[in-house]
Formats: sequence, C-alpha cells, structure tokens
Amino acid sequence: MPDALEVVGLHAGYGRILVVRDASLRVEPGEVVALLGSNGSGKSTLLKAVAGLLKPEAGAVRLFGKDVTGVPPERLVSNGLALVPEGRMLFGPLTVAENLALGAYATGHVQEVLERVLALFPVLSARLSQPASTLSGGEQQMLAIGRALMSRPRVMLLDEPSLGLAPRVVSDIFDVLDELRSEGIAVVLVEQDANLALKHADRGYVMRGGRIVMEGPAADLRRNDDVRLAYLGSWHGKEPTDADLES
Amino acid sequence: MSTADLLQFVASGLQNGAIYALMALGFTLVFASTGVINFAQGEFFMLGGMLVAAEVAAGVPLGLAVAGAVAATAAVGALIERFALRPARASGALTLIIITIGCSMLLKSAARHLFGPDERAVPAFSEGEPVAVAGAMVQRQVLWVVGLTLLAAVALTVLYRWTKLGLAMRACSVSHDAARIVGIDTARVVMASFALAGALGALAGAVVAPVTQTAYDVGARMGLKGFAAAVLGGLGDPVGAIVGGVVLGLLESGAVAFVSGTYKDAVALVVLLLVLVLRPQGIVGRHLGEKL
Repeated sequence: MPDALEVVGLHAGYGRILVVRDASLRVEPGEVVALLGSNGSGKSTLLKAVAGLLKPEAGAVRLFGKDVTGVPPERLVSNGLALVPEGRMLFGPLTVAENLALGAYATGHVQEVLERVLALFPVLSARLSQPASTLSGGEQQMLAIGRALMSRPRVMLLDEPSLGLAPRVVSDIFDVLDELRSEGIAVVLVEQDANLALKHADRGYVMRGGRIVMEGPAADLRRNDDVRLAYLGSWHGKEPTDADLES
Repeated sequence: MSTADLLQFVASGLQNGAIYALMALGFTLVFASTGVINFAQGEFFMLGGMLVAAEVAAGVPLGLAVAGAVAATAAVGALIERFALRPARASGALTLIIITIGCSMLLKSAARHLFGPDERAVPAFSEGEPVAVAGAMVQRQVLWVVGLTLLAAVALTVLYRWTKLGLAMRACSVSHDAARIVGIDTARVVMASFALAGALGALAGAVVAPVTQTAYDVGARMGLKGFAAAVLGGLGDPVGAIVGGVVLGLLESGAVAFVSGTYKDAVALVVLLLVLVLRPQGIVGRHLGEKL
C-alpha cells in the first residue's frame, strides 16, 4: 500500500528566494507525523507547497501514490487532502454552519459527517448560526479543524493548532487528533510546541534552515539531546543559549 | 409645492434609484469577489439598451430582445473576465482596474461602429396611458423598471443566500486563499460574478431605454451614478447597493425639486466625495470590522 502522503526532494520558496530545500517526508495512513523546527525553518512553507498554495520549484508530492505536484489547492480537496492553515483562515462574517458547509463544498455534503464533526466539537453545535468571527480563539480552531474534516480527508495538514490558545483548549484539540488517527486519517502536524507535538505524534521530522535535518520515532526524538536543546527548551536542566544553538 | 408634485418627484426618484441600484449591484458583486472596481459596468448598461434597440429594429419580439440583450451582455462580462482580467490576475488590483477602463473604451467604440452614433429609441414594454399611483401619474414603463429591479433583487438574494454558487461568492468575498483550500474554483466564481454584473447592467439599460432613449455613449454617466450608489451603500454589500441606489435616486429628485435641475448630475459626485471622506464603509456597510 502506498504512503498516504509522500514528499520527495521538494524545493519551494517565494520568487527567487528558496525557503525549503530538498525536503522529503512520508506519512502512512493513520499516522500522526510532527514537523518541528524553530521560526523561519521552513515548516509552514513546506506545508503550503504540499497543499498547493505554493508551486514547488522541484521535487514531487504524491497522495496515495498519485502525483499531485503543483496541483492547485481547490483540486487537492477532492483528492483527499485538507489543510488547516496557519491563522485558521475562517470565513469570519459567515456563520459557523456556512463555514462547515463550505468545508464540504468540493466533496458534497454528508449529514453523518456533519454530525460526527459536531460530536467531536460539541461547543460548535450551540453556535451554528453565529458568525465565525464571534467565536473564541479555541472555538475558531475547532471550527477550522471541523471545516477541514467536512471534506472527509484522508490526509490532513495542521499548521500550528495550539498557537495562542489556553492549555485546556489545546489539550481538547489534541485529544481530537488522537481520534483522527484511530479513524485512519494521516496527519502532518506543524507545531512550535515540540514537546506537545511529540507527545501525540508517531514520528517526527526536524527542520533547520529549510532542510530536514533529523527524523525518527517521536519517542526517540523526545530523548534526543539535540532536539531537546533546540526545541524542547531544556537540556540537562540548562537553558539553551544562542551559542549552544549555533554549534 | 403640492402633495401631488412631491409624489411625482418621489416616483421619478424611485425610477432612477431602481436603475442605480441595479448598476450598484453589478459594481458590488464584482468588487466583493475580486476587490476590483469594474469601470466597464457602465458599458454593460449601454449594451443592454443598444442591443434591445438593434434587435427590435431587426424584428425580434421585444421580450425576446430583452432576454437576448441580458444574456449577450452577461457573456460579454464573462469574456472580459476570462480574456482581459484573468491573464493579469497576478498583478495588483490597480492594474486590473485600469484593464477594466480599457475594456470600457473598447466596448464603447465597438458599439459606435456597430450601431452608429445616433440616439436609439426602444418601445415601451407595455402600451397605454400613465397610471395613477397614490396621486402621482406614473408611466407604465416606470412600473416595469421598479418591478424588474425588485425581481432582480429577490432573485439575487436567493442566489446569494441559498445556493452553492452564492455561498462560494460570499466565501470569495472574504478570502480567495481560504476559498481555495476548501475546494472552490475561485476563477469560475469570479467569472460568474462578472457575468451577473453584465446581466444586471444590461437589464438596467434595457428597461430604462424606453423612457430615456439610448446611445453608444450613455455608459460613462450611468457608470458613475452606479459607482456612487455602490459606495454610498458600502462597496461589497448587496443590500447596501440597493439602499444606496434608491437613496441616490431620491436625493437627485430632491435636488431637482428644491434646488434646480441643473445640479442633478452633480448630486452623485457630491455624494461620492462626502461618503469617501466621511464614511468610507458606506451607510449600510459593516464588513470592514468583521473580517478575521
């Protein structure tokens, strides 16, 4: 069985500035893969290139063995890919119900899917007729994930779901992530909070300077001194300094 | 001034207001889905009237001629999007706006070559004497103007609120990137909004032509009025467009009644300036604060 998502030797950037160089990764169905790295390491750019928002300069993206390199995002949805973008990109003036309906725009509305999403995020049920912009940050993140689920994706890309949210809300959202895995959805999780990401992921990739510099099972990465130093904020109890990060 | 006179001015304000509302809807639909002000909108109005005049002259029944003119102008709108604007999509809104000015000149010159420089008349949609409405004598064509505008507004509301295309159009008005990641082909939505703008402009031009006559060069003036009405109501807001159109029509009538007919056309410009300076979001507009 082919991988749910396979990225091979991807180069991507903005204009003449190459941000991601030679990045390769793979995700199996039902696997949660964390993509780690500090600010500006190219995680979000890689995600955008996979989602079709950015045309790769070189390399290939495959969904279940099918080459989808450079396919625009509006056509990737019906190929089973859903993106929960950085900053959520909700339709603020539209209602929660309309946002969810738009999630199913390309693949068709299925009542059971809507009920499933509302079961995962019960707080949304009470807000269906409210404009999305009136939701709290956590509710907006739930709506963004719910909207992505409405297209019945087999691969989901999650960009910084915990950003700016209260710890309790974050843990709710990550519990849902564990449910998605059990349903066989492949998840790529970009996350600043490496500790949290590795706790919920099966495997992880570490990016630095636009390249993938390390990969392995999440448990190994959590124990790895380099990763701890650079992204987990602790190394034998000592705060990392700039000099440590450079070496 | 007697009550009857006043009612007369209100009636004529409503007639013009309905036309402005249709034009403003055209501006607003395109602006909502693209962020572009389509300066060819006035030429859609001109095409509506001129095509009906030409078709009627060629022996086509009036009803069919109007439908044909509306459909043909919708096609022109779609073609402008596909072949003039889409290739330049990556450039900024200003470039696209200038392209619409070019399209407007092209349409106007083409109309002059095809239909000639003379004023053209279009027969009234229904024969008969003016009818009395609440004490004012109203031409039957004015009832057509107001009635068809109401019908178009209702149809558009249904489309915008309850259809998949309408939902996609509203999604595009928030963010194209967000629309694309849920699977909306934004290029097709933009094309549809240009076609709709063409249809609305042509309907306005066709239905008012029996009252005012028409000519190849009526587009620019009506474009300005429609734009002022759209800005008055808040660009991008369809309800605002209708309100803006009617208010502008009534203001113009008021200026004619209480000041002088000389200043009628200046009203739109004054309104445009005042709104842009004092309340750029328009009288109904509330979109600006709502975006995420």
